Amino acid sequence: MATAREVAEKAERDDIRSRWLLSTPALLIVFLAALGPLLIVVVYSFLTPGNYGDVKWQFSTDPWVSVLFERDVFDDTLSFATAYLSIFWRSVSLSLATTLLTLILGFPTAYFIATRPDHRRDIWLFLITIPFWTNLLIRTFAMQQVLRNDGIVNSVLQLLGITDHPVQLMYTNFAVLAGMVYVFLPLMVLPLYASMEKIDFRLVEAGYDLYATRFQVLRRIIIPLVTPGIVAGSILVFIPSLGAYVTPRVLGGGTNLMIGNLIELQFGQGRNWPLGAALSITLMAIVMMALLFYVRNTTRSDGAHG
Amino acid sequence: MANRFDVRRQNGFVSVAMLCFFLLYLPIATLVVYAFNDNDSVVIWKGFSLRWFHIAWNNALVIESSIRSFQIAAVAAVLATITATMAALATTRTKPYPGLTLKYAFINQPLMVPEIVTAVALLIVFSRIKIWTGYSGLGYLVAAHTAFCIPFAYLPIRARLESMDLSLETAAADLYATKWKTFRHVTLPLLWPGILAGLMLAFVVSLDDVVITEFVKSGGQDTLPTYMLGQLRRTVTPEVNAISTAFLVLSIGIVTAFFFISRKRT
Repeated sequence: MATAREVAEKAERDDIRSRWLLSTPALLIVFLAALGPLLIVVVYSFLTPGNYGDVKWQFSTDPWVSVLFERDVFDDTLSFATAYLSIFWRSVSLSLATTLLTLILGFPTAYFIATRPDHRRDIWLFLITIPFWTNLLIRTFAMQQVLRNDGIVNSVLQLLGITDHPVQLMYTNFAVLAGMVYVFLPLMVLPLYASMEKIDFRLVEAGYDLYATRFQVLRRIIIPLVTPGIVAGSILVFIPSLGAYVTPRVLGGGTNLMIGNLIELQFGQGRNWPLGAALSITLMAIVMMALLFYVRNTTRSDGAHG
Repeated sequence: MANRFDVRRQNGFVSVAMLCFFLLYLPIATLVVYAFNDNDSVVIWKGFSLRWFHIAWNNALVIESSIRSFQIAAVAAVLATITATMAALATTRTKPYPGLTLKYAFINQPLMVPEIVTAVALLIVFSRIKIWTGYSGLGYLVAAHTAFCIPFAYLPIRARLESMDLSLETAAADLYATKWKTFRHVTLPLLWPGILAGLMLAFVVSLDDVVITEFVKSGGQDTLPTYMLGQLRRTVTPEVNAISTAFLVLSIGIVTAFFFISRKRT
């Protein structure tokens, strides 16, 4: 005879087993068509490039060396690969600038939405969501039309008499930055809104009762309360900016590459798959560091409240 | 509007917010307006005309790639939603068990890796498989799309499940309903809005994808976004505006439906 406890334990084991069975299809698909291939990228980053793309199965650390260094053709000495480093630097600095600008624009916007009366909030929120769900390529293309030499921005500049000939905006770092801010702004506003919605405005009132200025209230009460939203929004903007491919390709042209385009080049014209693999892993490592920073930050703030 | 004594007021915030909304919609509005331009140029306005919509409609490549986009999105969204629903049932409303965190990490993994990295990883693996098996059909694109749609389908379904307590299911079991009957007549109807939301998100996400498709597709397998990306290299005519406008209307339709479905819940 099984005791009640044994029956309960068996039921629990069965439950866990059926839970594993239920989740297997999803886990399998993700493993086969997303996670597994990533592991193979790691393997490829230690191989030798083939003559016409793909690889030769020959161990080599050259791809990793060339992420950072350049081998001199004549005397075989190593020096820093300034071309790649400058692309990495451009990617990181453009992504940081994008994050900062979306924060500057997004913070007041989220605050504006969060302080509307309940029934009107949904509509404003909806207006933010529409661009978010509009195809990224279409939004980038829309930005291209605005920034062209004969686009709206230049027309307005000439109309106002600020300049008499079109300013070259397309194919510059500025165009890439403007495009990324435009494309990723909703990703900043949405998490900011989520944490602003929960602000207890009695705290703000208390601040004013104690003779705080509007700026002091903002700095000492509102910003500390929405820090989780600021961190989440920054991560959500920073990570896709760093891996951006479409926006720099369409708006930056051939000269303003970011890491994403550099990786693509290795698989296309460059025909150096192992180097492309090593660059991909490097990009992923930077992203993981940003995520770790985020996780550490959120667990710490959770600890402070609980 | 906010008066001077409103505690919520912050100087200048309303202006920045208005500027933000203006900047968000200015490029999209420009794009749509020039889709109706009766001129070969996307910048010089000549007059209202629907001719670019006609041209796009009669462009076999546009129609073909649109159909392909929809086929892939439909299959991938359905597969992703079914598997994500199962996974959500398996990972909610339970006390922590071994492997639960691992499952979360697995399912959300496609969200955490930059798209370009996933794209080259799939290029490497699928090009091998193509050589080994000789198969080069749409299966690769469907598999890739399903994988990155799973987290998007999973999130709303899981959120919905977590807001449902087990009391109704327990009641059904007390009344001798089998596990399947309970699921079919109690859990599923309650979960349906979440499933629908997940399905729509997955569909839109698949329809929008450029990067992964661009790397995974074989020759002649352009979807609408990759076709458009190819067109952007040339001199752009308002035809691209017309295609974009049609695409835009569709996305907005789906998002609006999603908005109303999720609004009814809360």
